[in-house]
Amino acid sequence: MSSNLLAIFYLISGILFILALRGLSSPETSRKGNLFGIIGMVIAIGVTFLSVGNFSTGFLYVLIFLLIGGSIGAFIAYKIPMTAMPELVAGFHSLVGLAAVFVAISAFLNPEVFNLGSPGNIKIASLIEMSLGAAIGALTFTGSIIAFLKLRGIMSGSPITFVGQHYLNLALGLTLIGLIFYLCKTQVDTWFWIIILISFLVGVLLIIPIGGADMPVVISMLNSYSGWAAAGIGFTLENSALIITGALVGSSGAILSYIMCKGMNRSFFNVILGGFGGTDQSFSEKGKEQKPVKNGNADDAAFLMKNASSVIIVPGYGMAVAQAQHALREMVDALKKNGVKVTYAIHPVAGRMPGHMNVLLAEANVPYDEVFELEEINNDFANCDVAYVIGANDVTNPVAKSDPQSPIYGMPILDVEKSKSVLFVKRSLSPGYAGIDNDLFYRDNTLMLFADAKKMTEDIIKSL
Amino acid sequence: MEIDPFVFRLSIFILSIFIGYYVVWSVTPSLHTPLMSVTNAISSVIIVGAIIAALAGNPGSIFDTANIFGFLAIILAAVNIFGGFLVTQRMLAMYKKKKKDK
Repeated sequence: MSSNLLAIFYLISGILFILALRGLSSPETSRKGNLFGIIGMVIAIGVTFLSVGNFSTGFLYVLIFLLIGGSIGAFIAYKIPMTAMPELVAGFHSLVGLAAVFVAISAFLNPEVFNLGSPGNIKIASLIEMSLGAAIGALTFTGSIIAFLKLRGIMSGSPITFVGQHYLNLALGLTLIGLIFYLCKTQVDTWFWIIILISFLVGVLLIIPIGGADMPVVISMLNSYSGWAAAGIGFTLENSALIITGALVGSSGAILSYIMCKGMNRSFFNVILGGFGGTDQSFSEKGKEQKPVKNGNADDAAFLMKNASSVIIVPGYGMAVAQAQHALREMVDALKKNGVKVTYAIHPVAGRMPGHMNVLLAEANVPYDEVFELEEINNDFANCDVAYVIGANDVTNPVAKSDPQSPIYGMPILDVEKSKSVLFVKRSLSPGYAGIDNDLFYRDNTLMLFADAKKMTEDIIKSL
Repeated sequence: MEIDPFVFRLSIFILSIFIGYYVVWSVTPSLHTPLMSVTNAISSVIIVGAIIAALAGNPGSIFDTANIFGFLAIILAAVNIFGGFLVTQRMLAMYKKKKKDK
């Protein structure tokens, strides 16, 4: 196959990947979009096979390894519970990163195959591209591993900070640039390995100071990095499918990071520099004196909701932890039988990754046209009888609107307090991730339901 | 004067960033999780580089260091391709509209 024809096929798969993302603009078109993505991938792999041409023993090994990886991937995809999706995505990012590193290494060791020159005399541009690809890939790999461990709960979600952390990162970043420069000048392979090692370290250092609830930003950011790494390798291999995909994924991750930061009213750097939650102790102590709360049980909650004409459900990370989405759906079904109008309100940063709550509700067979984003539904709270807050906290805290001193001041919140009554399912009065007390607990129209989210919801179903 | 092919690739890259920007903004927020898993899958098109790397060099010695890294990258990327597309499919299959007959 001529290289021109090959390039055209790679372009076609690039276009199919664009269509795959385009399909996600609505759930109806999304399934077709995914199919386009698969076709694009099949074309890319197929024409690569044809271009190599010699169907030798090596080719057999390629197929075997492809099948090994493929079956592992397929197995994971079918087994993974929907609540573990954030970890899965972080894990997948780490694989893209490491694959980019490996491809960069083989290109470095065997540059003739990719027309990049010969060992010790690689084209400068290619050297820059492959070391950038390898460096970004390497930090995506270790960063995603840390994110994975934090999401999985193997590593504590609390931020790890130490003195001079940011200066160290800055110094390492500058060192990397210096090393890439030096590598181009000397072509000595030791520098290439050191670049990769330092990038592994940078990945770890970048993610450890970021706390659990900032994970939506971290995951989106790593998504973006994995794209830039792929694009770097795409330049090295002169492959347009890889360049197009890298750019798409890179900008996709960047946009998601932006949306997540905006959902918390924090700047990107504020999140990256980390350490939220540990520093605000003095603030949270202030409101800690015992204020009266109204304590309710499942019967009260069932009574309130049964007699309401409209109920808005506000799910948060606590729902995911308690795996309460199925019980919640059953409760809503029971309410609907009583003629209650029920909708769901999702805050952009609810959960541990973008769209986390939507996937869980979809898993529990909640129709997606009953689920609304913050801007769509926020005005409805004023007309709703009951807001059922299940596992969310900071995203409902009215202090974000009223107290400029608060660390979450200015963050867009769901106007839960405007509804006639609020049912707040929570295990205790403890403050949320941001370490601040939620004013909503002490309002007259709030009824606290102290229990596990799933157990409480099941009890309410019984009383309905 | 001839234009360096690098400039063409750079043009593709920059234009794709713009396409990505507009396409991703049009993705509905409720599908942000499938967006991440499908971008995972498509960025594993890096496997084409891995395949070329694995098959490079002398056919007599298919397990040179450079080839081994290629084979390892094939496994990693394959996990991602199959895992990414299938899990996306699984998620998207769950998004249903309200049934009218209820």
